[in-house]
Amino acid sequence: MPVISVQNLTRKFGEFTAVDHVSFAVEEGEVVGYLGPNGSGKTTTIRMLLGLIAPSSGEASVLGYDVFRQSEEVRARAGYMSQKFAIYDDLTVLENLQFYGGVYGINDPKRLQETLAHVGLGGHENALTRELSAGWRQRLALGIAIVHRPKLLFLDEPTSGVDPNARRAFWDLIYDLAAEGVTILVTTHYMDEAEYCNRVGMMRNGKLLAMDTPLALKEQYVPGDVYEIYAQPLLAGLAALEAAPGVIRAALAGDHLRVILQAPGSPTSLQQALNSAGVQVQSIQAGERTLEDVFLHLAKE
Amino acid sequence: MNSRLFSIIRKEFIQIFRDKRTLALILVIPIMQLFLLGYAATNDVRNVPLAVFDQSNSPEARALLDAYRAADYFSVAYTAHSEAEIQSLIETGKARAALLIPPDYPVRLSEGNAQVMFILDGSDPSVAATSLSAAQLIGQNHATAILSQKVSRSGQNLKLQPPVSVSTTVWYNPDLISAHFMIPGVIGMILYAITAILTASAIVRERERGTIEQLIVTPIRSWELVIGKVLPYTILALFDTLEVLLVGNWWFGVPIRGSMLLIMVVSAIFLLSGLGVGLFASTIANTQQEAMLTVWMTLLPAIFLSGFFFPLEAMPQVLQWVSYLMPLRYYLSIIRVLLLKGVGISSILPDLIALTAFGIFIMGAAALRFRKRLD
Repeated sequence: MPVISVQNLTRKFGEFTAVDHVSFAVEEGEVVGYLGPNGSGKTTTIRMLLGLIAPSSGEASVLGYDVFRQSEEVRARAGYMSQKFAIYDDLTVLENLQFYGGVYGINDPKRLQETLAHVGLGGHENALTRELSAGWRQRLALGIAIVHRPKLLFLDEPTSGVDPNARRAFWDLIYDLAAEGVTILVTTHYMDEAEYCNRVGMMRNGKLLAMDTPLALKEQYVPGDVYEIYAQPLLAGLAALEAAPGVIRAALAGDHLRVILQAPGSPTSLQQALNSAGVQVQSIQAGERTLEDVFLHLAKE
Repeated sequence: MNSRLFSIIRKEFIQIFRDKRTLALILVIPIMQLFLLGYAATNDVRNVPLAVFDQSNSPEARALLDAYRAADYFSVAYTAHSEAEIQSLIETGKARAALLIPPDYPVRLSEGNAQVMFILDGSDPSVAATSLSAAQLIGQNHATAILSQKVSRSGQNLKLQPPVSVSTTVWYNPDLISAHFMIPGVIGMILYAITAILTASAIVRERERGTIEQLIVTPIRSWELVIGKVLPYTILALFDTLEVLLVGNWWFGVPIRGSMLLIMVVSAIFLLSGLGVGLFASTIANTQQEAMLTVWMTLLPAIFLSGFFFPLEAMPQVLQWVSYLMPLRYYLSIIRVLLLKGVGISSILPDLIALTAFGIFIMGAAALRFRKRLD
């Protein structure tokens, strides 16, 4: 039986449809990413799964419980880390954890210490949370979400506002938890983070456009080969590539150009198009397909 | 004890004691208000500046003035030499009252029909009312004294007695000290304001900070959250009650004639209303400022229509009816009775029942509304 099962879940706020007939399932032990821009309905979906808001129509069950009628059962067994880290600034690290632990009936100091060690905050019990960096606050928020050792964890944009090093370290924590058998549903708007997930769902304007492994998504939704092109001048090169035969998409990628090319195009035809526009070509290399390519393709449809 | 409830209460207390500035305010403000209102909000009239225009310049007139000097209601501040001078003294506010003694005062006094004129600045009615009755009383007493002197001087052995004598005794607050009336009011106002404002902002703070969402996904029940949030402030407010009572007793000599236990129990019942208003405000407000303003909107009518400053008996009928909706009204009436009269529970029962009913109603309605917002 899937840990999360969602059928045609819909939520309207007046005329606005925040979540539009979404269906998916998550199996035990999976790390599933929920990817999409801000306002695409990711948070609303999670809130419905926790019974924080009622669905307008559709059904969902979490851990075998109906999310609306049995939300208390779901909440007692699931962990939740919200976008705004739910931390009391005027309490210390340990006091925050003691409070949330007590709320779940966990008062054993050893268990609290274990949780702190788990999220890498051992030795910082007495720091006032107001004075912690964003990365440490994020770890404390995760500690709060897992203090009762849930089998399922909802993480809503856990890495927003945190520096890249802390983001990377945080994903290591997520993998540790997944290795212990915790099922994780995590939302993000960072494409690179989604690559770390077992499966990724692409969300846009309330609709779930696709959900699969990153590899399968790329194979299915990137309809061509990727090439990285180093050429001068860049803007003239971009214009020439956009007009070249077989080019689906051409874009600036920092110091070079990136194209998605399908038949009848070939590296040779790209070279010719650039040369005839008077652009100096330094190199043309095969590139990797990314989830961003997938998203851009899905968004166009 | 229930681990969830205990955790919330412990957390609230840590937060209260960590915020030293707010804690100091909670403990110091009641004492400040006590002193402010104990001294400033007084209706006692003393030393009203009096201007005198004595046209007779006679020993008889000086005897009358001595009578006015003897009572400490007035102090003879100016000696005027014309009616115009009297007028300007009162217009400029240098004198609040004036006494005009005509040139023929000694002559008419011996004839038995002397008249003096007393002019009063009526711009502050409460001062004027007290001054007026004091002036009349002094005049009458003086007249009676002259009369009995005259009678005894004429050699008759007749003791003069007024036909009716009203002997007055003031009970409970014999010196009519305003502080004894104001301090119970201060206690009521503080209890109400502190519990309502602190409860509302403690809950709204969780909403502002986003922690309320995390609390909802925990197994905490609504009633546990309500009680856990409200109980710490109840204890603080009862501590304030005790503080104001004891300082009021020690400094202002306000008697505590009733049972201390009964006073605290009644205060705790009254707290239900304040807590309920705070809880209710927290369900309407999204920010702490909004919560504060919402509480203030209920605070002012509660104070003005409860008989705190202005006697209920003097209000228009409609406002008197409205005042029955103010829990503070019942509390003030009870606490004044308990402090000054020291009677038992039976004589405050009707007010106590009304107070309890209001408390349960307000708290219940707020808790119900709070529950809906949470789920």
